[in-house]
Amino acid sequence: MSARVLVGVKRVIDYAVKIRVKPDRTGVVTDGVKHSMNPFCEIAVEEAVKLKEKKLVKEVVAVSCGPQQVQETIRTALAMGADRGIHVEVSGKDYETLGPLQVSKILAALAKKEQADLIILGKQAIDDDCNQTGQMTAALLDWPQGTFASEVNIEADKLKVVREIDGGLETIKINLPAVVTADLRLNTPRYATLPNIMKAKKKKIANVKPADLGVDVSSRLEVLKVDEPPQRQAGVKVETVHDLVGKLKEAGRI
Amino acid sequence: MFPACRYSLQARRCVGALKAVQAEHVAPQVCSTRSSSSTLSRITTHYSVYPRDKDPRWEGVEMERFADEADVVIVGGGPAGLSAAIRLKQLASQHEKELRVCVVEKASQIGAHTLSGACLEPTALSELIPDWKERGAPLNTPVTEDKFSILTEKYRIPVPILPGLPMNNHGNYLVRLGHFVRWLGEQAEELGVELYPGYAASEVLFHEDGSVKGIATNDVGIAKDGSPKDVFERGMELHAKVTLFGEGCHGHLAKQLYKQFNLRGNCEPQTYAIGLKELWVIDEKKWCPGRTEHSVGWPLNRNTYGGSFLYHLNEGEPLVALGFVVGLDYTNPYLSPFREFQRWKHHPSIMSTLEGGNRIAYGARALNEGGFQSIPKLTFPGGMLIGCSPGFMNVPKIKGTHTAMKSGMLAAESAFSKITDENLQSETAGLYIPEYEEAFKKSWIWKELYSVRNIRPSFHNYFGLYGGMVYTGIFYWILRGKEPWTLKHNGLDADQLKPAKDCTPIEYPKPDGKISFDLLSSVALSGTNHEHDQPFCPAETQSFSCVYEYVPLETGDGMRLQINAQNCVHCKTCDIKDPSQNINWVVPEGSGGPAYNGM
Repeated sequence: MSARVLVGVKRVIDYAVKIRVKPDRTGVVTDGVKHSMNPFCEIAVEEAVKLKEKKLVKEVVAVSCGPQQVQETIRTALAMGADRGIHVEVSGKDYETLGPLQVSKILAALAKKEQADLIILGKQAIDDDCNQTGQMTAALLDWPQGTFASEVNIEADKLKVVREIDGGLETIKINLPAVVTADLRLNTPRYATLPNIMKAKKKKIANVKPADLGVDVSSRLEVLKVDEPPQRQAGVKVETVHDLVGKLKEAGRI
Repeated sequence: MFPACRYSLQARRCVGALKAVQAEHVAPQVCSTRSSSSTLSRITTHYSVYPRDKDPRWEGVEMERFADEADVVIVGGGPAGLSAAIRLKQLASQHEKELRVCVVEKASQIGAHTLSGACLEPTALSELIPDWKERGAPLNTPVTEDKFSILTEKYRIPVPILPGLPMNNHGNYLVRLGHFVRWLGEQAEELGVELYPGYAASEVLFHEDGSVKGIATNDVGIAKDGSPKDVFERGMELHAKVTLFGEGCHGHLAKQLYKQFNLRGNCEPQTYAIGLKELWVIDEKKWCPGRTEHSVGWPLNRNTYGGSFLYHLNEGEPLVALGFVVGLDYTNPYLSPFREFQRWKHHPSIMSTLEGGNRIAYGARALNEGGFQSIPKLTFPGGMLIGCSPGFMNVPKIKGTHTAMKSGMLAAESAFSKITDENLQSETAGLYIPEYEEAFKKSWIWKELYSVRNIRPSFHNYFGLYGGMVYTGIFYWILRGKEPWTLKHNGLDADQLKPAKDCTPIEYPKPDGKISFDLLSSVALSGTNHEHDQPFCPAETQSFSCVYEYVPLETGDGMRLQINAQNCVHCKTCDIKDPSQNINWVVPEGSGGPAYNGM
């Protein structure tokens, strides 16, 4: 098969780090904080590389949007088995306001430019929990989507996707080209071992600007403030149901 | 002895029993790590204890390792390792030679495992990178005020710092060492050094003739029970003409090398201290950037070596770095350095600074105190030891960064000429470079460590702390360490603990959640994390992040040792202080461990 897969990877604050709100309440402290690839994006890369190893696709291209540092994230994807990378340069204020809508426009433009047949993304990012990029990209391209995938198979030129939904598992068959978003149980990502990191240094990462793709990255959203979650108030224990009703009435709840 | 407060009288009895028993054997009421009873899970499954070639689960697993060659491999991306790398590349470009220098570092990013006060003496930095200011080195806080005091429970007795005393900090900078190390890493990369953070060196490789060939990074993808997972991948071998070991205090590979090459035959055993540190954002009104405060005395008694530091940093927001150091030769098993630290913060002079503030980071790391008497042989065929790993800390100054950096630079300079010499006939496959040790003995590190060599051992007298201060005043301040004798240390730290029955338990106050905190919430702040499904070190003692704990057996009677290796902040204290010395700290999968940011 001569298919080309586009995999989107996002550089996020590592999940184990204790984050802190900036003193000016405009966001979270990111300077010097440990960052790593979004866990769902790792699963997406692993799936793409597995498809390549099964010879169902020919080339895996890793894409990331952001400042210079996202090149490390792309290198990790290359070390896991991607063939080449594309770094879409977005920095400064634009990067702070970069959201799913702009990223999906960028991915749609890249999919057309690179003539991709399949886009695999993580289902959501752990910093904003939006869960929107995959769906928006599919809509912009007018491609079918298989989201929350826990199993992906290519049969003839259709894609069989098993999705994790509230009621259980749903199996759908969609036409290619398509967008798939990876859920937790899709696979276990491999380690980016040191020899692979060294080899990855020789793989190419192309630099592209959003303007070259005809995408306007200005945001329609404005963050007003960012706060820590409120401290949990201590609960009150009551002895009888009467007391409970009394307390609820006092609080004006009933 | 254990920091967390959940230990019952039963657990204390277990500890007491343990102390009474010698060496290998464990008292039967503690669930033994050595008896392989089928009802008890093994404490460790590490391959150094259970070899793989006898293990049926490892049959048929591909064990071949990918190998690569470099000119110099440096283990550890800290001040010493990075200074050595930078110096090598500087010399290479000066002499127009090509040199491949690789640095492997277990932290996920350079600086993430770095922890220090820190008050930096810029001497070595100015030698290495004279234009450090223009290059944006993060030395933003020159010392403006220097205070030293003796604390009692309620009061503070100021001690004048006369010029010439080691604690005088004029000309030094208060830094966030993690950020400084990160900046050094950037300088190194600019010069072409290959930095590999997230990859831990776990094994030393040897040539047939016994010289060091290089290192191998650890295997990944091994389950907790010691079996290979689907994602198992063998580590990689990095071969070099010479390997520099800069693992920091009590490095695990260095521990192996000491035995292999008998490097400690002619020196005293290394003695250590544990350093605990927190970063606080305080009330702006109380913030005085550049103020440096040190104290001794309360809450430690006069026979326990230790003290505190409190530095006001000038980094944008009102930040203070504060911490507590306790010598690991303390004798009372009930002493908990962590809880002494938390208790110290409640002293009126400290509390007044912290009130209204917020703690944003916590971490811990062992530091070496042996100084001059404990310097081992530094060079062996195929390798050299640099930095805090052999240990060059100036104890009364509590500074080791400048000497670590200088040792890295000296090692680089001695190695460079030998590596690039095309006509060199080396006796061993790995290069032996005794010039490093000669250069070291002629350098200012040697002179500095020699002049303060008797200060730390002078504490081993009846008057403890006060005797030591008197000695320092007379012999260092007046005579500059020129006295003809060299005092000895007291032996291994691990041998110092007295049996619990001979010591009085210490009543520690409960943490109040505003100034003092419990251990678990502190560990959460260090950002520490490891892949949970991997084997870990065998052990039986305390840690600064709630790694080792005794939990009741599921069957009801007795306790068992549970190792929460995920909580490990890599401080190495367990390996140092364990009385039976049966803990062998081994490096976990790379990029795990604490995620310090500018500690």
